[in-house]
Amino acid sequence: MTTTSTGGDGERARPAATAPRAVRAPLYRPPEFRWEHDPERCARCKRCLQQCGFRAISWQDGPVADPALCVGCHRCEAFCPQQAITIRPNPQYLRPHSLWSEAHRRNLWLQAETGGVLLTGMGNDLPYPILWDHLLLDACQVTNPSIDPLREPMELRTHLGAAPDRLEVAWEGGRPELRTEMPPVLELETPIVFAAMSYGSISLHAQKALAMAAEECGILWNTGEGGLHADLRPYAHRAFVQCASGRFGVTPEYLQAGAAIEIKIGQGAKPGIGGHLPGEKVSQQVSETRMIPAGSDALSPAPQHDIYSIEDLRQLIYALKEATAYQKPVSVKIAAVHNVAAIASGIVRAGADIIYLDGFRGGTGAAPTVIRDHLGIPIEIAVAVVDQQLREEGIRQRASIIAAGGIRSSADAAKAIALGADAVAIGTGALLALGCTLCQKCYTGRCSWGIATQDPALTRRLDPYLGSLRLANLIRAWSAELEEILGAMGLNAIESLRGSRERLRGLGLDRATLDILGVKPAGVGA
Amino acid sequence: MSEPYRLDARGLHYRELNRRVREAVARGETRFELRNVNGQRYLADGLTGSLEFDIYGVPGNDLGAFMSGPTIRVHGNAQDAVANTMDAGRIIVHGHAGDVLGYGMRGGELFVRGDVGYRVGIHMKAFRDRLPVIVVGGVAGDFLAEYMAGGLIVVLGLEPRSRPELVGDWCATGMHGGEVFLRGEVDPRRVAGQFALAAPAGPEDMERLRPHLEAFAQAFSLDPEGLTEARFTRIAPLSHRPYGAKYAA
Repeated sequence: MTTTSTGGDGERARPAATAPRAVRAPLYRPPEFRWEHDPERCARCKRCLQQCGFRAISWQDGPVADPALCVGCHRCEAFCPQQAITIRPNPQYLRPHSLWSEAHRRNLWLQAETGGVLLTGMGNDLPYPILWDHLLLDACQVTNPSIDPLREPMELRTHLGAAPDRLEVAWEGGRPELRTEMPPVLELETPIVFAAMSYGSISLHAQKALAMAAEECGILWNTGEGGLHADLRPYAHRAFVQCASGRFGVTPEYLQAGAAIEIKIGQGAKPGIGGHLPGEKVSQQVSETRMIPAGSDALSPAPQHDIYSIEDLRQLIYALKEATAYQKPVSVKIAAVHNVAAIASGIVRAGADIIYLDGFRGGTGAAPTVIRDHLGIPIEIAVAVVDQQLREEGIRQRASIIAAGGIRSSADAAKAIALGADAVAIGTGALLALGCTLCQKCYTGRCSWGIATQDPALTRRLDPYLGSLRLANLIRAWSAELEEILGAMGLNAIESLRGSRERLRGLGLDRATLDILGVKPAGVGA
Repeated sequence: MSEPYRLDARGLHYRELNRRVREAVARGETRFELRNVNGQRYLADGLTGSLEFDIYGVPGNDLGAFMSGPTIRVHGNAQDAVANTMDAGRIIVHGHAGDVLGYGMRGGELFVRGDVGYRVGIHMKAFRDRLPVIVVGGVAGDFLAEYMAGGLIVVLGLEPRSRPELVGDWCATGMHGGEVFLRGEVDPRRVAGQFALAAPAGPEDMERLRPHLEAFAQAFSLDPEGLTEARFTRIAPLSHRPYGAKYAA
C-alpha cells in the first residue's frame, strides 16, 4: 500500500507524483527466444499466426515472428503441421557474467524504461535447493516383506478435518454408543487435491476441467477467491469454496454449496501480498461470478482488514461455522514463512479443521517477481516444522495438513506425507496436465493454451471434458505410483506413511537441515 | 401479527443461542425477540429470507455476518464486525457500534444512530441491483471506506457525538468505487487521500441520497427534513483502477 504522511495540523499532505513516467526511447533488450522457421517445410497454412496468443507472429509472404514478443510458450511449434517451427533460447546474446545474470540485466532495463514493479506468473524459477531431491524413501528387503499392490488391497483413502481429542462412549443395553459429537470431515479417494485457482486467474474451461476431474476421482477442487460460476454449481459439493479479503462471490448459498470453506490468508508465490485482478480481466462473466462491476479492479488486499490476530481469525472461522451450522470443515490457507510453525499452532487453536501450507515455489496467476522469487520458505521445511510443532503441543489431531507449493510427482507427494502432510495440493502440476508449458506469462491474460486467459478466442482452445480426462489420468497415475511406493515400503495404507519420518533419509543435507526435517542421514539404519 | 418467538439469552453461550434460533427458523418462526443479549457473537449469521429480530442488550461481534435478507433492530449498542459480508437485509442499531462494520458488504442497509469505530465499510462493493448502504448518525473513526469498491456510506455527525471531526484519518484510502457523503462542509484535503476526490454534493447526488436519509430518519423517528435539507460533501474515487500504473508492462 502506498501511504502518505499526516501533517502535524491534521491535514493530509498530498504525495509528490509517484506514478512512473514511461521512457519512450527503449533500451536494447535482446530477445529471450529465437524463433526459427524452415520455409522449405512450411505449408503456408497460417496456423502459427492463428495460434499465437501473444500476437508475436505476422504474415509477410510467410510467417515472421517478432522475437521481442515471443514468450516461448511453444504453441505455434506444437500446432505446426509441418514441424517447420523451432523455438530455442537465444544463445549467448550477452557477454556472460556470473553476478549480473541475463535475468538481472533484462529486469533492470525494463524497470529503467517503465519505472514499474515487475510481474510474473507461475512459481519461483530460481535454482534454490530442492529438498525433495535430497530425501529418499525406505524400502523393504528380506526382513520386512514388501507388499505387491497388484494383488494386495492398498488404501489411499484420506480424511481431512478435525478428529476429536477423545471419544466418549456410553454402554446402552450392552451396546456401545458414541456420545462425542463428531466434527465434519472430507473424504478423498487419494491424498491429492487441486490447488486454489480462481475463475479470473484461469479460464472457466480450465476450472471446469478441474471440477470434473475432482468429481471423477473423488478428490476436491478449490474455487480460489473468485466465486462460484453457475456452470460449476453441480461440482461445488467437491469444492473448497474460498473466502478471502475481497469476499468475492461470498453469499450464504456459496458457503452452503461447498464441501468445505477455506479462508485464504496467504499464497506461497506471494506471501504477504494480496490478489489483484486488473479491471481489464474482469469480464462480464467474471464480474457476475465475483459479484462486482465489470471492468473494475478486483482487489484482495493482504491482510484481511478484519483479521489482525489469531483471535480475529478465530472470529472469522466461527462466523463461517455458524453460517453453515458446523456442517463444513474450515480450512485456513497460509504461505510458508519463517514463523510458520507458531502461526500454524495459532490457526489450529483458532478452530481451523485444515491447514493448507503453501511453500515458496507455489504458482500464481500474477505476482511481483521480486516477491515470488525471494519471500517465504520451502514446503518441505514448512510441513516438517508444523507437524512437529503440533505434535509437541498435542494438537496435531485437531487439524489436517495439506502441503502445496512445488509438488511435482507422486514421489514428492509421498515424501510430503512422510514428513507429516495428510494430503498434497497440486496447482502447477494440474495446469501442466492441461497443456501449460510454464512460460510464466499468466499475468498478461494472453495464454495461448487457453488456461490463464479470459479471451473467448483463446479459452475455447481448452475443452473442459478432454482436460478433465488428462487431469483424471494424472491423479490415477500418481495414485497407482503411491500404491507402488507403499508396497515397496511394506505398507498397505497411506495412513501408515503419514508423519513416518523414520522411513525417510536425507542425502547431501547439512546437520541443521536434517534436524529441522527430523530425518536421519542416508546410511543410518533403524 | 403473530407473537414473536422470545428467547432469553441470559447465560447462554452463543453456540447454543444461535442453534436455538436456527432450529426456530427451520420450524418456520419468522419474528424473534432476544432479551438479555450480552456479547453473544454471530447472531443471525448466514440467515436468509424475511426474518425479523429485535435484540435487547448488546449483541457480540459479527452480528448479521453473511446475512441475506433479515431485518435486525438492536435496542442498544452493537460491537464489532456488524454486517460482515452482508448480502441483503437491514440492521438498525439504536446506540453506537464498534469497528470493522460492513466489511465486504454487498447489499442491504446498516443504520447506526450513534458513533462507529475504525475501519468501517472496508471493501464494500455493489453488484447489479445490490447497493450496500451504511448510514452513521454520529461520527466515524479512522480508515472509513478503505478499499471501497461500491455502495454508499453516509456520516451525519448528529449530536450527541463523541468527537468534533466527522471522520478520522485515512478516509477513502484505496477507494476505487462507490461514494461517501459527509454532512456539512469539510476540508477536502483531510477526508480524501490520493485515491479520491471530495467536493460539495450536487442536486443529482442529493436525489440519490435522499431515500436513504429518509429511511434513516424513519428508522430512528427523526425529522427527515433536517437531514435532506443539509449540505453534504461527496467523496468519490479518482479511478476504478487505482494501481493500474504500478506495474511494468
